[in-house]
Amino acid sequence: MDAVFSGLASGFEVALDPFNLFLVLAGCFAGTLIGALPGIGPINGVAILLPIAYGLGFKPESAIILLAGIYYGAEYGGRISSILLNVPGDAGAVMTTLDGNPMARNGEAGKALSLSAIASFVGGTFAVVLMSFFGPALASYAIHFSPSDYVALMVFAFASLASLVGSNPVKTLLAAVIGLMLASIGIDANTGVARFTFGIPDILAGIDFLVVVIGLFGMAELIHLVEQQAAGTLKTLKIDKSFVTMKDLAFVKWTILRGSMIGFFIGILPGTGASVASAVAYGAEKRAARDSSKFGEGDMRGLAAPEAANNASAGGAMVPMLTLGIPGSGTTAILLGALLLFNVTPGPLMFQQRPEIAWGLIASMYIGNVALLIINLPLVGLFARMLTIPQQFLTPLIAVLAFIGVYSVVSNPHDLYMITLLGVFGWFLRKLQFSLAPVILGFVLGGLFEDNLRRALSISGGDWSILLTSWNSVILYILALLVIVVPIVVGRMRRSRGEDESPKAPA
Amino acid sequence: MTFFRTTAALLFASVVITPAFAQEIDRPECVAPAKPGGGFDLTCRIAQQGLEKQFDGPMQVTFMPGGIGAVAINLFNTTRTDDPNAIVAFSSGSLLNMATGKYGQWGANDVRFLATAGTDYGAVIVRDDSPYKTLEDLMKALKENPGGIVMGAGGSVGSQDWMKAAILMKSEGLNPRQMRYVAFDGGGDAIAGLLGGSIQVYTGDVGEMVSHLGTGEMRILAAMSDERLPAPFADIPTAKELGYEAVWPIVRGFYMGKAVPDAAYNKWVEAFQAAYKTDEWAALVKDKGLLPLDLSGKEMDADMKKRVERMTGIAKEAGLIE
Repeated sequence: MDAVFSGLASGFEVALDPFNLFLVLAGCFAGTLIGALPGIGPINGVAILLPIAYGLGFKPESAIILLAGIYYGAEYGGRISSILLNVPGDAGAVMTTLDGNPMARNGEAGKALSLSAIASFVGGTFAVVLMSFFGPALASYAIHFSPSDYVALMVFAFASLASLVGSNPVKTLLAAVIGLMLASIGIDANTGVARFTFGIPDILAGIDFLVVVIGLFGMAELIHLVEQQAAGTLKTLKIDKSFVTMKDLAFVKWTILRGSMIGFFIGILPGTGASVASAVAYGAEKRAARDSSKFGEGDMRGLAAPEAANNASAGGAMVPMLTLGIPGSGTTAILLGALLLFNVTPGPLMFQQRPEIAWGLIASMYIGNVALLIINLPLVGLFARMLTIPQQFLTPLIAVLAFIGVYSVVSNPHDLYMITLLGVFGWFLRKLQFSLAPVILGFVLGGLFEDNLRRALSISGGDWSILLTSWNSVILYILALLVIVVPIVVGRMRRSRGEDESPKAPA
Repeated sequence: MTFFRTTAALLFASVVITPAFAQEIDRPECVAPAKPGGGFDLTCRIAQQGLEKQFDGPMQVTFMPGGIGAVAINLFNTTRTDDPNAIVAFSSGSLLNMATGKYGQWGANDVRFLATAGTDYGAVIVRDDSPYKTLEDLMKALKENPGGIVMGAGGSVGSQDWMKAAILMKSEGLNPRQMRYVAFDGGGDAIAGLLGGSIQVYTGDVGEMVSHLGTGEMRILAAMSDERLPAPFADIPTAKELGYEAVWPIVRGFYMGKAVPDAAYNKWVEAFQAAYKTDEWAALVKDKGLLPLDLSGKEMDADMKKRVERMTGIAKEAGLIE
């Protein structure tokens, strides 16, 4: 523990160096903007700015601090367009749209933005604190999470998302199946056989998650807006000056804590990131809520849980990277690449060989979280005013940004057709009263579920009992069962007491 | 705001400055046919930094993920066939894809191989506390029960990671189809799987082990090279010297479109040849975890085609293609 404190002290020395401090702030600010733009998330933000940071000839610790600031900032910023525009700023912000956007439409945009900023801050700080004190122990836990444990985790995720099944379970299930089908496109990870690619090389590697999110959510939303505008049914929103109150925070304090914990532990697992973390946090929160009827219509808990979770998972993903040299998410993979570019070898030896980088980075995360809160809260009013931009200007602007964002990642024109196509498809689904969240979740969880199930079965040589061999799995299956059964039992008990219960459909 | 101004200025500069190196090559670009952060990214960074002095302007690195290079080779055979500015990073994995027809109609004769960045070799890796102390231990156990040991790596069945395991099986006369192979999503996840005990043997690369050698968590049982490698790998025996005919070099290099004019192609070859002579190049290649391999131009093109041919043979033996 002493080593941690002395390490942190030396780290703060590095991070509080005026130039590095400036870089943290610059990175956080740039990251917030990058995250807020639909289509450009933490992964491409960091990837695009990496050569610049390298080209400017910064010292390695400075460059990595800048990039980490951007990573953090982008995780914060992703919520802004989710809340205001119903267009997720990045993949981890999909769940934020579910309750964040209805809050904005109810005239509580300022409240939604400030509440989510605080939830993000708590989630992020929670993760950094746990990381600096228990990093190595957590990392060894994370690598012992075997493919069969991932299967159990996915079962748990599906179970907690059963709460999304609204008034029309058939449509929800169909939507999830569509997501599963989209996930199965591309080269099969186990056998190397191309599935459902129809000879198109651009989808050999599967459809990128970002493309699905921007297409199904972003483009579909834009088409929907244009349609409303053409029909003249578009409601203009008043400037709202709402802000989060202490009472609101007291109401969601346990939600934020639960979201942070779920997010962090899912984040440290290599292979699962912000999107899974926020989905599980949302589902678990809705399942745990005594009265979940407001979820999907602007419930503060439905906003706070995923936001705390996705920022906590961003911190969690740093754990295996720093302690083992294994990236825990796509973005940390790029940070890892950045370290290698500077001839710094991440892993346990980094703390001995280059402590100024390891601890400097950790200290900069503490500072970055505080900085982001300070940057974000005063800007809430400014961001909220975005809603007053007339739609005829806003809609094309978002469309252009989304196209540039998607194109900037991989510069493949095919992706542009893809988001257009998915946008039209998503709009049809909306017309048919499908909710889109299950599609996305089917897509993310389905892919992970399949890959890990088949990995587990190839480890055991086809013996299914491997799924129940570890305590991790057993506990997760029990939790999954509880998540499904408890609300039903509680509901029955309440009904037998004559209370009225009317489940509402998610948006 | 200073940050943005600097950034904007830099971006602007990279677009506007036209280097005077050659008329044909005014905006050098390296296409990494993958997401950022992986091996192709690293290959492009070698070109970017190593050729810095050869071109006046900065070389741009762009990413084009999709089908382990399939999207890129498709693009360079349809729209950018004669682009004199762009080189595309490839590896032995790409050559294997050409050999096994994973790139559809495009094969080794549809690109112009340009130059190599360096080479790496396959490695047989176990956890430090593994019961298999030597490659012989492992092979003996495999012979007794080919399906009894769980092997794994970052690529699917039929990928070069799988091939490494497959030729190891073949070298002992075992059928690769009998082995228990787990396909992870990239080398990082596979290393996590090895450390966590999900798999017992990881068929990775020598180069990526540099960062893990000092930690005492993993051991390299054998390198899949023809001869012993230089330090820090000098103590690692080769599979060959232990009596197993299992060699898997991983070449990293660049190709261009088929219809690129000779003048531009030769300029690139000259740029690489000039860079090969410098000490900086050697240091750069070493820093990136690769061993030197300086091949360019016609010689390199012929060598790559020979490798593809050899892989076609191995793939046939392994039952990957008819």
